[in-house]
Amino acid sequence: MFDDLRDLYQEVILDHGKHPRNFRRPADANREAKGENPLCGDRLIVYLKLTPDGVVEDAAFLGRGCAISTASASLMTEVVRGCSRDQAKALFEHFHDLCTKDTCDHHDHEALAPEVVEKLQVLSGVREYPVRVKCATLPWHTLVAAMDGRDLTSTE
Amino acid sequence: MPDTMLSAATVGHIHRIADFDVMAVRREFPVLCRVLHEKPGRPGKPLVFLDSGASAQKPRVVIEAMVRCLEHSYANVHRGVHTLSQESTDLFEAARSKVARFLGADSADEIVFTRNATEAINLVASSFGRTFLEPGDEVVLTIMEHHANIVPWQLLQAERGIVIRVVPCDDRGVLDLDAYTDLLGPRTKLVAVSHCSNVLGTVNPVTEITGLAHARGIPVLIDGSQAVVHQSVNVRAIDADFYVFTGHKLYGPTGIGVLYGKAEMLRKMPPWQGGGDMIEAVSFAGTTFREPPARFEAGTPPIMEAIGLGAAIDWLDRFDREAISDHEQALLVRATAGLEALPGVRIIGTAPDKAAILSFTLDGVHPHDLGTLLDRAGVAIRVGRHCAEPLIERFEVGSTARASFALYNTLAEADALVAAVAAVREFFA
Repeated sequence: MFDDLRDLYQEVILDHGKHPRNFRRPADANREAKGENPLCGDRLIVYLKLTPDGVVEDAAFLGRGCAISTASASLMTEVVRGCSRDQAKALFEHFHDLCTKDTCDHHDHEALAPEVVEKLQVLSGVREYPVRVKCATLPWHTLVAAMDGRDLTSTE
Repeated sequence: MPDTMLSAATVGHIHRIADFDVMAVRREFPVLCRVLHEKPGRPGKPLVFLDSGASAQKPRVVIEAMVRCLEHSYANVHRGVHTLSQESTDLFEAARSKVARFLGADSADEIVFTRNATEAINLVASSFGRTFLEPGDEVVLTIMEHHANIVPWQLLQAERGIVIRVVPCDDRGVLDLDAYTDLLGPRTKLVAVSHCSNVLGTVNPVTEITGLAHARGIPVLIDGSQAVVHQSVNVRAIDADFYVFTGHKLYGPTGIGVLYGKAEMLRKMPPWQGGGDMIEAVSFAGTTFREPPARFEAGTPPIMEAIGLGAAIDWLDRFDREAISDHEQALLVRATAGLEALPGVRIIGTAPDKAAILSFTLDGVHPHDLGTLLDRAGVAIRVGRHCAEPLIERFEVGSTARASFALYNTLAEADALVAAVAAVREFFA
């Protein structure tokens, strides 16, 4: 009944949706941000541990969401590790293009590692479902908010 | 539904369903012929439209009434001395009379046209609320209100310092009438309650609710947006002070809603919006206002929309409303039984008195994923929080899937829903 939906719900997405990676709250996280999609009531919290020079040492999340948003968050926490703020933003830009544009040329973002680009590619099917794009991008918006946020471990 | 017993009532029930020819009804709705997701070399899926609770499809007579007005009689109303203006005015005011008759109102003067039910409630909150509610006065709502019957009162709360009290419901989605009675106090100035929950389908005992409030001199507003679709409503039998509904859920167009208000209530309320059509005389020294309903209809009203709603009511009048209710109940029973038989399905809303609205969740599958997959099977449902977040929180679900049935749905479509949900279970297994 759902053959053509395999473009959207690829095995990797079903797997990450059912068994999200990094679905936890790291004890040593020093950044966090809440993301919410008021349309569907989905919410998640992204936790980061950033090094003093702003590189992602650990990324994790908790929350509830659909298979698309959960898989997107799960994949994101995997690929964003080791990224600086600028690298993470470039990844988000690439990912956003992937979810919204019919032709997405990752040569626009030459700094991106090919294996990372390939990993995110599984979510490109979402562009056929405009109302679901927000599901895929919510974790990334939340990630950027966490990176731009205040250091939680600071005593100020 | 109890097992078939050969009582006279049951025989009568079966007889009425047989009288209702759903296939003939379907032919009156052009959109129901649609086939979705057709691709070269692959047949599409016939549309199974189970989202009428959000907005119903339109029968051809409604579409044609609006087109006929635009092509033949259209002009502004209540103004011109010319023929078209008179014709438009006659059609517009005839629609008001049809609504009055539809609700069992005493007079067409008790019918105020608004943009939708939301605007009708805002009208009451703004005009009645600002005039008669003081800081500390209380408005009693229920846990199962649509945001349209929550937020206008919260705006008044912020502006006026009124207090909002909320009647709870049990796990079936039945209102706690003892708690309701306890909430009615000396400071209660209004009760505002939905006649039928858009999420649970619960049909609330509005006559009893009104009686309990009136015994304490408290007026009652009823949101009938879902109820008028599924049952005949008589505002005098209910003794409602205000009754609101929207046109587009009743097979009419968008952009038209109705506020029924008892004449004595409307007469003591001031205007809420100013403009043309609602005034007697305007001068910079002071302006006087017309009697209701004109007092509450500033500016050019939704003319074709009102005419379209009138056509929808005329069309509904052709049917035995009891037969429609019986048909919709049969759909609800069939779909409920089918879904309940699937492991992992939880029905949200199991009140004994329930309209054909079916909310549910499926373990391990988010409603948004469910909705996307069902759409691929041609089945249109609503997913999310249904503009009723407090209720969704009450049932401790993030969101639900909701199938809502209309008179044009068939038992085969109820089965198609169940089959598609079963297939989604497999897909995510």
